Amino acid sequence: MNITEFPRISRREAIQWVIAAGASAALMPSQAFAADASAAAPSGKPYGTDPLLNHTYHPGELWPLTLGPDQRGTVVALCDLIIPADDRSPSASAVGVPDFIDEWISAPYAQQAADRAVVLDGLKWIDAESGRRFGRPFAGLDATQQTRIADDIAWLPKAKPEHQSAATFFALFRNLVTTGFYTTPAGMKDIGFIGNVALAKFPDPPKEALAKLGLS
Amino acid sequence: MPFVASSKTRPEYDVIIVGSGAGGGTSAYVLALSGVKVLMLEAGRNYDPVKETPMFQTPGQAPLRAASTPDKHFGFHDATVDGGWTSPGEPYMTRRSDKPADTFHEAKDHVAFGTKQEWIWWRTRMLGGRTNHWGRISLRMGPYDFKPRSRDGLGLDWPFTYEELAPYYDKVESLVGVWGTNEGLENTPDSPNNTLLPAPRPRVPEMYLKKHAAKLGIPVIPSHMAIMSRKMNGARIAKALHPGDANAQKLSADGINARQACFWATPCGRGCNIKANYQSTTVNLPPALASGNLDIVTDAMVREVSVGADGKAAGVHYVDKKTRQDVHVKGRIVILAASGCESARILLNSRSARFPDGLANSSGKVGRYLMDTVGAGLTGQIPALENLPVFNDEGAGGSMHSYVPWWLYKEQLAGKLGFARGYHIEISTGRQMPGAGSLGFLDSVTQGAYGKRYKEEARRYYGSTIHLAGRGEMIPNDDSFCEIDPDRKDAWGIPVLRFKFKWSDHETKQAAHMHATFRSMIEGMGGRVLGTPQTDGNKAIYPGGGIIHEVGTTCMGADPKATVLNPFCQAWDVKNLFVADGGPFVSNADKNPTLSIMALAWRTCDHVMAEMKKGNI
Repeated sequence: MNITEFPRISRREAIQWVIAAGASAALMPSQAFAADASAAAPSGKPYGTDPLLNHTYHPGELWPLTLGPDQRGTVVALCDLIIPADDRSPSASAVGVPDFIDEWISAPYAQQAADRAVVLDGLKWIDAESGRRFGRPFAGLDATQQTRIADDIAWLPKAKPEHQSAATFFALFRNLVTTGFYTTPAGMKDIGFIGNVALAKFPDPPKEALAKLGLS
Repeated sequence: MPFVASSKTRPEYDVIIVGSGAGGGTSAYVLALSGVKVLMLEAGRNYDPVKETPMFQTPGQAPLRAASTPDKHFGFHDATVDGGWTSPGEPYMTRRSDKPADTFHEAKDHVAFGTKQEWIWWRTRMLGGRTNHWGRISLRMGPYDFKPRSRDGLGLDWPFTYEELAPYYDKVESLVGVWGTNEGLENTPDSPNNTLLPAPRPRVPEMYLKKHAAKLGIPVIPSHMAIMSRKMNGARIAKALHPGDANAQKLSADGINARQACFWATPCGRGCNIKANYQSTTVNLPPALASGNLDIVTDAMVREVSVGADGKAAGVHYVDKKTRQDVHVKGRIVILAASGCESARILLNSRSARFPDGLANSSGKVGRYLMDTVGAGLTGQIPALENLPVFNDEGAGGSMHSYVPWWLYKEQLAGKLGFARGYHIEISTGRQMPGAGSLGFLDSVTQGAYGKRYKEEARRYYGSTIHLAGRGEMIPNDDSFCEIDPDRKDAWGIPVLRFKFKWSDHETKQAAHMHATFRSMIEGMGGRVLGTPQTDGNKAIYPGGGIIHEVGTTCMGADPKATVLNPFCQAWDVKNLFVADGGPFVSNADKNPTLSIMALAWRTCDHVMAEMKKGNI
């Protein structure tokens, strides 16, 4: 998922609520790593132009998933590195975000196919890097070791030349984890979205919020 | 049985309506309640918002968190069936900026912003058409908007004044339910007392914008939205709409009373299964069907208006998509309401020895003066809005509670702006339901955070952004039009459209002005722009068609040699043929066209009824 994706997903540019405008778009080449044969094309069928909307879909229901056990282990570790459990909410892997990422990279659409290549190659890179530095795959590292690798690739503009591809992968992965987590009930509650419930009256905002903004 | 198969239609109808959206739905309502026998033909499938709308579904319940895909361009839950920027089996052709001029290419893009297509065309194939997902923004055109050429010498004047259409705006607002306020602002008409519904309170960031925009002289006022902010009194409204007609009053009142007030949740773009907002399918069609005077055939792709020996419209030919049979139905009157471009296509494809250039086209203007709305937007992140206490600020999901009407009339008239026409500003903000990509800005504003700090940053920044979108007037020009492609046909064997489209400097300069304005509004709140404000309007402006306000392709006017329709949207060349979509528009004011399409359609149908009673048609 490219963060310029948002303009595509809502009515024109902003029926929903916020866009990630072009600031970071330039940081996201479509191909982070050199092409790799590991990313075989997904085999599923698109859901078509008239899908059933009133239905709860689960990853794997519409197209076959991709991740093997080792890849999944790395995905879980990365998910929880980016969104760990804290006193407000569970970790990303506890609410099914790895399943969403698998669904995403397995989808039969061009954008997702491009992301698939970046993610699968990124997973391979991060395990190789973990092995090179610490002799174990990423999921087997302790928190300090994971952080040492992550800090090298967490912010593309500051990444060294040899880490540009990995940082591009990490930015994409963080966006996927963010989308995956904050669209779950636990993520919505964490962030402070308490809508999507029928109300007899649109409630007044708290006085505290108005006071803070000088609107009271 | 109002939904009928092709084999069960009547031998002849008083009126055939092609299309079931804002224009077709309004026409069916007015005519069926007036007692004439109406057939509506819809190219898409039957669609029932009460049963099908995914009201409380979360993105997490959809494939890919409901993200846009080549199958669902505005996201999984958007109320669009078999459509979007492309529609299966129905290609169209357009010039592209990256290809040689005067070559046409099949339109395949499913993302509007940044497309190289000169025109991008949103269609849907479902009962109710685009009214199922539209933005519900309902602004009256003002007195200036009907006489733009008289004011600045550009474009064309409408063949009547605001006062002529005002009573029909009153009717439409009364029937569909529009919230808003009367502000007494220049060229921003007030409605009669007791017509508008109460506007909801602004969202908190809208209040904050209002306070700070005031310092720039920019007014932020309640929006006008076709959403019922409270229950409406069906009997009172129906009595005023249909004086002296007890049957019509009952049908209309029952329809109004079957609708529920907005419950301040769920995105309006999915449609509404409690009928709180205006959709043709929930507002116009139920009472029209209940009258017993309306038959509807769905999956009926109209290709041609047939003409009798007398030169009048005799009916229409359509392809029954279920049987692939060509069907002809007879009607005393034909009303095209298939969308501006689709109605032009039908006319241009209705060729005969008598009308070799297509029907109603002796002026050569069918397909000409194609217009869209100027669009450009910027997002700001506002530190003052960070870390607000948790509260419910969702409101009518995705629909703005406040907007900015055009405010620089005097400066523009004095020639200070460098472009001729105005724009309004639409506001998207508040604590809305997170969706795919909607927190993507965290990447840049947190500069690569992860872990517990990232979660804290997400709580801090959620709800602190505001998106400003300009929607401005385009002036019709000779370089923007649709015509029949000589080679391509759609899956039903019907020749398709091809498009040329060009903005003038008035539009691109306006788009640059939007960006400069939005930047000053965002910075006036102490915020920062996410993204890049453009000084070159060509880099800010949406592509033609991108705002989905296609109007002007069957323009009306006072001169039969220069226009397609007379001031009653009646074809100059064929007196029992009318157009009731955006095609008759002579200009495209910054006021979103749907409300005006409905008002014009109502007026047209009143004229149809009057002429039928007189025996003139």
